[in-house]
Amino acid sequence: MKGYLRKDGRKGIRNVILVTYLVECAHHVARAIVNGSAQDDVQLIGFPGCYPNDYSLNIMEKLCTHPNVAGVLIVSLGCEGFNREQLANTITSSGRDVETLVIQKTGGTRKTIDAGLASVKNLLQSAYQAEIVPMDISELVVGTICGGSDGTSGIGANPAVGVCFDKLITDDAVCMFEETGELIGCEQIMAERAITPELGVEIMKSVEKAERYYTKMGYGSFAPGNAEGGLSTQEEKSMGAYAKSGSSKIHGLIKPGDIPTQGGLYLMDVVPDGEPMFGFPNIVDNAEIVEMIASGSHIILFTTGRGSVVGSAISPVIKVCANPETYDNLSDDMDINAGKVINGEASVEQVGEEIYQLVREVAQGKSSKSEALGHQEFVLTYKKFEAIGPTCLPTIR
Amino acid sequence: MINKHFVLLNKEDNVFVCCRELLAGNSITLEGVTVTMTADITVGHKLSRTQIAAGDKILKYGVSIGSATQDIAFGEHVHLHNMKSDYIASHTRQSKVGKNS
Repeated sequence: MKGYLRKDGRKGIRNVILVTYLVECAHHVARAIVNGSAQDDVQLIGFPGCYPNDYSLNIMEKLCTHPNVAGVLIVSLGCEGFNREQLANTITSSGRDVETLVIQKTGGTRKTIDAGLASVKNLLQSAYQAEIVPMDISELVVGTICGGSDGTSGIGANPAVGVCFDKLITDDAVCMFEETGELIGCEQIMAERAITPELGVEIMKSVEKAERYYTKMGYGSFAPGNAEGGLSTQEEKSMGAYAKSGSSKIHGLIKPGDIPTQGGLYLMDVVPDGEPMFGFPNIVDNAEIVEMIASGSHIILFTTGRGSVVGSAISPVIKVCANPETYDNLSDDMDINAGKVINGEASVEQVGEEIYQLVREVAQGKSSKSEALGHQEFVLTYKKFEAIGPTCLPTIR
Repeated sequence: MINKHFVLLNKEDNVFVCCRELLAGNSITLEGVTVTMTADITVGHKLSRTQIAAGDKILKYGVSIGSATQDIAFGEHVHLHNMKSDYIASHTRQSKVGKNS
């Protein structure tokens, strides 16, 4: 395997230039720059709000210094609350190229788009110089999410991802799973898999927090399509979702933007701390994907039953489809047919091996389906977190 | 896999999971007993494996996934109309169901 070596020592599997807007008011200009550059490797991300927020600044910093990212163009209106100077400094400190354009100083829409296109050209020239070095599978970070789950997800796709995770963890890679709100009902069995009893307690607490939070929101993490697909309750959906984690020990509990430094399995606590302030923990699947990428994920394994089609900016998304009818209907969007399990044509282990091999191929440059189709969805909103405690990341192995 | 239409995920379970659609009126043999579908059962949906009394736990993957809100006969569709979460209410596009008090 080969990777792009960044100056901070991290290794990426893609060589992306990000154009990021720091407020909705700069969105159109940033999008016009991305569209004008007409390259898949020039990608749009951004933050809509005008008020400052520690979480969104942290996530933006982590995304802009992600190993798949070579350089960044920041597009600011000028008067928004986002700390563009700190963002630019963080990117510079990581050894990546960064340019900042402030629309109010540059002379408005047309001039900023023109300046942005010139900046992107420079950033791309520099990105092409990135050193390509050997990269071991142990240096890979892989996240998993489920979206559009149904009654087949927990039978075919999720356990197969679990098999793939077990293989990757044997290789000493980092694997992460998330959405404590979709693990309600699994807290006890999950806590028993923690490498220390103290970590088990933290895992229990994180799921209890999720239950309180979602109860206050008035809705569980349960969509109408889940019910149409045969799932009846949150805990039924949870048991299916939980299978994505495989059977390895849980090495740590992280929050969005925390980057594990040792191989192993990590649970991400995505539910905000304190009294609910900004609404639902994650308004949609892509908000969760963004958080796992901020925590270093090079690749996202996305399991579905109803049939999601999304991809992501920065890191490729691999679709694993559990429902054979959905696979037939949406096969252009699906990378792996885990419907073979429910049809009795393949075992969970066989599909897990298939996913594992595809992870290796995508890491070596093969496009996933959503990536080839140009899906680069991105969502970042307001949240509030406290730092994790020392018991969440035990150092013993 | 007990036949081409239903799978039993854990021997403790009191529901089967549909892996190939079976429409209302069709009959099938499940663990030696013939049962006629009272509703269209589509992929991913659950069918009761035993008589289940109101208040009993619904077991899938060998663990509880909620409680029956009414008596459920053998071979009946098990879903939002006769079970609910023990944690947090589910919702459809039209309404909330199985709302916890």
